[in-house]
Amino acid sequence: MHSTAHSFKDNAKAAVADPQLKRALGHVKSGFIGKRAKAAARLPEFEALRDAARDIKTHTLEHLDLYLERYEENVQAAGGQVHWCASADDARAAVLDICQRVGAKTVTKGKSMISEEIALNDHLEANGITPVETDLGEYIIQLRHEPPSHIIAPAVHLTKDLIEADFRAEHTQFPAERQLSEPRQLVDEARQVLREGFLKADVGITGANFLVAETGSSVIVTNEGNGDLTQVLPKVHIVVASLEKVVPTLEDLSTILRVLARSATGQEFSTYTTVSTGPKRPGDLDGPEEYHVVLLDNGRSQMLAGELREVLRCIRCGACMNHCPVYHAIGGHAYGWVYPGPIGSVLTPALIGVEEAGNLPNASTFCGRCESVCPMRIPLPKLMRHWREREFERNLSPAAVRYGLAAWAFLARRPALYHWLIGLEMRVLGAIGRRKGRFARLPFAGGWTRHRDFPAPQGKTFQALWAERQAGRGR
Amino acid sequence: MPQNSPQETPAPARVGLFVTCLVDSMRPSVGFAAVKLLEDAGCTVEVPRAQTCCGQPAYNSGDRADTQAIARQTLAAFEEYDYVVAPSGSCAAMIREHYPALLATDPDWSARATLIAERTHELISFLTDVRGVTAVEARFDGTVTYHDSCSGLRELGIKAQPRQLLASVQGLSLNEMQDAEVCCGFGGTFCVKYPDISNTMVEEKSGCIANSGARTLLAGDLGCLLNMAGKLKRTGSPVEVRHIAEVLAGTTDTPAIGDPAQN
Ligand code: SF4
Repeated sequence: MHSTAHSFKDNAKAAVADPQLKRALGHVKSGFIGKRAKAAARLPEFEALRDAARDIKTHTLEHLDLYLERYEENVQAAGGQVHWCASADDARAAVLDICQRVGAKTVTKGKSMISEEIALNDHLEANGITPVETDLGEYIIQLRHEPPSHIIAPAVHLTKDLIEADFRAEHTQFPAERQLSEPRQLVDEARQVLREGFLKADVGITGANFLVAETGSSVIVTNEGNGDLTQVLPKVHIVVASLEKVVPTLEDLSTILRVLARSATGQEFSTYTTVSTGPKRPGDLDGPEEYHVVLLDNGRSQMLAGELREVLRCIRCGACMNHCPVYHAIGGHAYGWVYPGPIGSVLTPALIGVEEAGNLPNASTFCGRCESVCPMRIPLPKLMRHWREREFERNLSPAAVRYGLAAWAFLARRPALYHWLIGLEMRVLGAIGRRKGRFARLPFAGGWTRHRDFPAPQGKTFQALWAERQAGRGR
Repeated sequence: MPQNSPQETPAPARVGLFVTCLVDSMRPSVGFAAVKLLEDAGCTVEVPRAQTCCGQPAYNSGDRADTQAIARQTLAAFEEYDYVVAPSGSCAAMIREHYPALLATDPDWSARATLIAERTHELISFLTDVRGVTAVEARFDGTVTYHDSCSGLRELGIKAQPRQLLASVQGLSLNEMQDAEVCCGFGGTFCVKYPDISNTMVEEKSGCIANSGARTLLAGDLGCLLNMAGKLKRTGSPVEVRHIAEVLAGTTDTPAIGDPAQN
């Protein structure tokens, strides 16, 4: 996917001025947050489960090589094949190879963020293969030629009327006077269109929420059942997944599943949780003839070795963005690449470079709400700060910021000079601002005063007044 | 005198007041309110001259070396006290939660940083949790609403303490706003680096404040208060904005934040 992360500030500016987006984002706030809170409150051991889930992943990451080997052995034992891919290029090539070998014309797709990360659809289309997204949200944004704006609700930036207009423009096979204003009607129409896709598809591509080492299984959780049809109906099933998705056992899987849906949508469990192990066995009624796993590294092993390891615990539940006030203000597209919200602010610089995505980890107040709800207890603010430090070391931050900061730090490290200068400045500002109590405009403070007044200081500093008080007391 | 819960009668303590750079420069009356509350709770208060800022502007801009230098300077200035108290959750959390990690590999400072961090507290939670204060003697006639500033809330667990003490103020009633725990959009340098996002956030916050129907907005961090007051005043809101310490200390004779001096 082409990145616009470098123009984050412009993206954000446009986003906050978009009334349609504001309406759509209102649903994120009103929906997800309350549902998660209720689900967490209903389960007394929820916090303990978060700890357990974190510990499982931490352990797995410590022994990732071992679990990945075990996973591959068990995939092979079940009759499937693992394709190790170091880069997005490798992964695209591996998928295309399989599709071309079986002469695929149409592929159906379940929702997969990895497929977005490697821009798989564009690659397939460029090679004459038609990808059909079967998750409703993904289907809608595919129609609109847009990237997802949320990792579990890809079309959350859209309102119903926009979707209706798209369906009317795209689905010309249906009578123009049909009713389409209810969500139910939209879903039914999409289902009808997608059914043909399911029957035509030669290959089904899904992501994986988890890979289970002890059984060689891939696991998807969905609410629409489209993933099942995607992976069961075609002759060939390809799973695209990144390597940190692995967990040791089915028992571990069930522990993490208990925090996943609650954190994501507030459900106790997703409607469908589907475990697939290898191709169809003799005697099975259905299932694919071939089962492939395209296992992507794309920078993960480097993260594993460094300070960003903790981010590999992420289970892509979306809770961090659902609770993020910055995400609420600007939506997902402003972040400019595949992963929005706090997780994107940590992950994107690692995947496409901090030169390109440096604004993302900076555009946070460090309010900490993301970390407080992350089921895997990933210290997202700390990891955003990690990127700010890398930027600072490499002189990537804007010159004005650097000089301002250097001057400020020079002063802050010299208390006597600091108190003298601040004392002087506040006396002047206080005297000028006293009558109104605030400034509507101040030199060098345009970022502040564009949107708010600057309250006037009281005049003398605390240190000055304290010194007077102490002197008055004869000390 | 403030009331303590019966089982606790804490010994006198020597408190070093970490004024914070914003209170020092913008609103010294908050510092004096803090001194009064601390003295009423049986502490002697001293104000080391060698303090400036806790270092967050550098820390949050990725400038680790300057942050470490400022951390060492601050710790040295406060090492001799029984407690370090700041009228700010954000600055207290900086010393308490972040200094030890920042200096973890510094053999001269690591252990000292940890010791001082453990003795460092945000003002209101220090009064309730360490000094056992359960009520203050103050009067404030009117409805207030309280904004939970992020660092105090999430890093230090400050939520019930300010409400407990506010409940003891005569004449005061608290109208909780919706989303009191959501960030106001200040974020230190964030608010000037990303003014459009910050503005959207503080607009939301202003709406919640207005809907609460309260006449006065309180919080425990001056940064957030300046941000919210700046927005409220720009939009002509009549809501008065104050640091919670001013109300608890009964020192509300100064003009509220961003309001003109009365003549
Ligand atoms: S970082 Fe945490 S909250 Fe965000 S998507 Fe990943 S697991 Fe969920």
